[in-house]
Amino acid sequence: MPIITYRQALNDTLGEELKRDPNVLLMGEEIGVFQGSYRITEGLLQEYGPKRVVDTPIAEEGFVGVAIGAAMLGLRPVVEIMTINFILVAIDQVVNHASKIHYMFGGQVRVPLVIRTPSGGTGQLGATHSQSFENWFAYCPGLKVVAPATPYDAKGLLRAAIRDDDPVMFIESLALYDTKGDVPEDNDFVVPIGVAEVKRTGTDVTVISYSRMTAVAMQVAQRMANEGISVEVVDLRSLRPLDRPTIIASVKKTNRAVVIAEDWYSYGVTAEIAATIQEEAFDYLDAPVQRVAGIETPLPYAKDLSAASKPSAHSLIYAIRKVME
Amino acid sequence: MVKEADVVRTSLADEDADELRHYYYQMLLLRRFEERTGEMYVKAKIGGYCHLNLGEEATIVGLMAALKPEDYIFTNYRDHGYVLGRGTPPGPIMAELFGKETGVSGGRGGSMHLFDAERHFMGGYAIVGGQVPLAVGAAYALRYQEKPGVVVAQMGDATTNIGAFYESLNLAKLWKCPVLFFIVNNGYGMGTSVAMGSSEPDLWKKGASFRIHGEQIDGTDVLAVRDACRRLRDYAEREADPVILDVVSFRFRGHSVIDSDRYRNPEFVRKGRQDHDPVRNFATLLHEHAIIDDAWLKATADQVEHEIQEAIDFANASSDPNIEDLYQFMYATEVANTPGPEDAIAAVKINRGEV
Ligand SMILES: Cc1ncc(C[n+]2csc(CCOP(=O)(O)OP(=O)(O)O)c2C)c(N)n1
Ligand SMILES: [Mg+2]
Repeated sequence: MPIITYRQALNDTLGEELKRDPNVLLMGEEIGVFQGSYRITEGLLQEYGPKRVVDTPIAEEGFVGVAIGAAMLGLRPVVEIMTINFILVAIDQVVNHASKIHYMFGGQVRVPLVIRTPSGGTGQLGATHSQSFENWFAYCPGLKVVAPATPYDAKGLLRAAIRDDDPVMFIESLALYDTKGDVPEDNDFVVPIGVAEVKRTGTDVTVISYSRMTAVAMQVAQRMANEGISVEVVDLRSLRPLDRPTIIASVKKTNRAVVIAEDWYSYGVTAEIAATIQEEAFDYLDAPVQRVAGIETPLPYAKDLSAASKPSAHSLIYAIRKVME
Repeated sequence: MVKEADVVRTSLADEDADELRHYYYQMLLLRRFEERTGEMYVKAKIGGYCHLNLGEEATIVGLMAALKPEDYIFTNYRDHGYVLGRGTPPGPIMAELFGKETGVSGGRGGSMHLFDAERHFMGGYAIVGGQVPLAVGAAYALRYQEKPGVVVAQMGDATTNIGAFYESLNLAKLWKCPVLFFIVNNGYGMGTSVAMGSSEPDLWKKGASFRIHGEQIDGTDVLAVRDACRRLRDYAEREADPVILDVVSFRFRGHSVIDSDRYRNPEFVRKGRQDHDPVRNFATLLHEHAIIDDAWLKATADQVEHEIQEAIDFANASSDPNIEDLYQFMYATEVANTPGPEDAIAAVKINRGEV
């Protein structure tokens, strides 16, 4: 298997799907002439032309709605939202429309739509450009929400999302775009939506995470092994549907759990996972479930403060030690 | 460019008499369907919010007479008449209002969320303005797939004050989408008059800064609406260009069935219903031209009554959606780790106190 970046995996998959199905089209701000704010769509306008790679004005509510309406008539739009912070002006279209249309109209029409967007913080992007909102969408029945951590999953899940007949929120991470990994060359390889993966097996404690925090968890697991603590890493990959059986099976084996996510602590993804564990594996727990999540302020700009407000390898190690006490 | 609408109609000479009679029949069907719906609501057969098209019969029938089968329609929640007008039988519509499995949306939608894929009625939507970008998207898809047809984005007057409307105008023009922005101007958004809510009270002008042509028409004159819609529809399709039609009518009752309409002067409402009744006015016109007589009117009224009673009987006799089908339409593509029929039964039993 070739080793490529997460960015390349996304770019390749978009190109392959554009080639495979004439109803697939890309829409978003700066994806064509500018070649993508984060270069995910680089070269695609040149290769597939302006009918298939559509530069939009800055009108998220409008063009997300247009993509939904177009999907209802059989197109398969893949929309890029520059970062998840900007989707808030389109949330009515996602939550009140895309997620409802198939159910509310008795299954008469499908919405085969993908919305790709990077979530979370990196650098010093400040209060309005560093947020994690995937839990807002994962909360909403009718959507599917995926958040790959590796180039392999990025490719497999993006292809699954584009071929899926439901609206899929595809959550990326700025900090993952340059990470590398093996990716199969098979043009029909998919990673199933709604299925988590045990990315590393272990016996002492289960760490549950997704997206960039899975990358952090994998590094920490390696370090902890050197200290004699065997960490199992469950990578959720999908937030909705949530693969509860895989989480529970792992916790029943290790009897200890730490949940880490980049979003804010209260009402965040970690709360949902911790609740699931206490409901379904309470008797197996040797210690309370530990949660690692973002500090609850609008993210400050100042370099050190900004970095210290997000969960890190340090905070994960701290939580693992605590749960092992 | 588009020609301005003819305002005054002098003759029915060019009209097909059968077609005129059919318009009257359709308008009466809408009128009586809504009046009976109001009764069913009071009898608690219908729940939730329920908005009637009373006073908008000519607006709807005129529009439908102009549309072709390949066209698509997206509307707001005030949608019963549009589905009826597009040809969906009254039974499944009433059944949807009753929340039955046999309803047009399988009982999952209700009054505000009717749908008929076969007839290209693409749904009633209940978030003000939400349907407008969807309609532009449907028109975008027609163009993309090089198919004929236009898309109607129906909305109320007050909907022209929300942001989604303006983004839709811009995108429709920019992307050459054949959309008829069909503004049903009944003068009010709930209790807020056009003058209270819109800095530009001439709603047809609201496309000006997007270079979108707009016109105003009397929405109580079925032939005027039909002719304007035909002309604008053909223009939109031929030129792949959006247009606005501001269709002025009079809202007969409160905003919804449960609104007591306290903010409108009773005398104003009484006079409005008297002067701007599209059904009665059209009957008078056809009478004057000897296209109908009293016997025909009576027979038509009887037939409409019968059809609607049948629809009510059908709705009454239909069953509720099955408990085990609670999750049935969650996803179009099957996916792991989602609840199924047994989960639905278990959860509902607990919630009903049956275990
Ligand atoms: C975004 C949003 N805000 C408020 C409401 C509540 N609401 C429902 S209908 C309505 C008035 C809309 O009036 P108009 O567009 O003129 O349509 P009409 O009801 O007259 O047909 C309001 C405020 C809503 N459904 N959606
Ligand atoms: Mg109104």
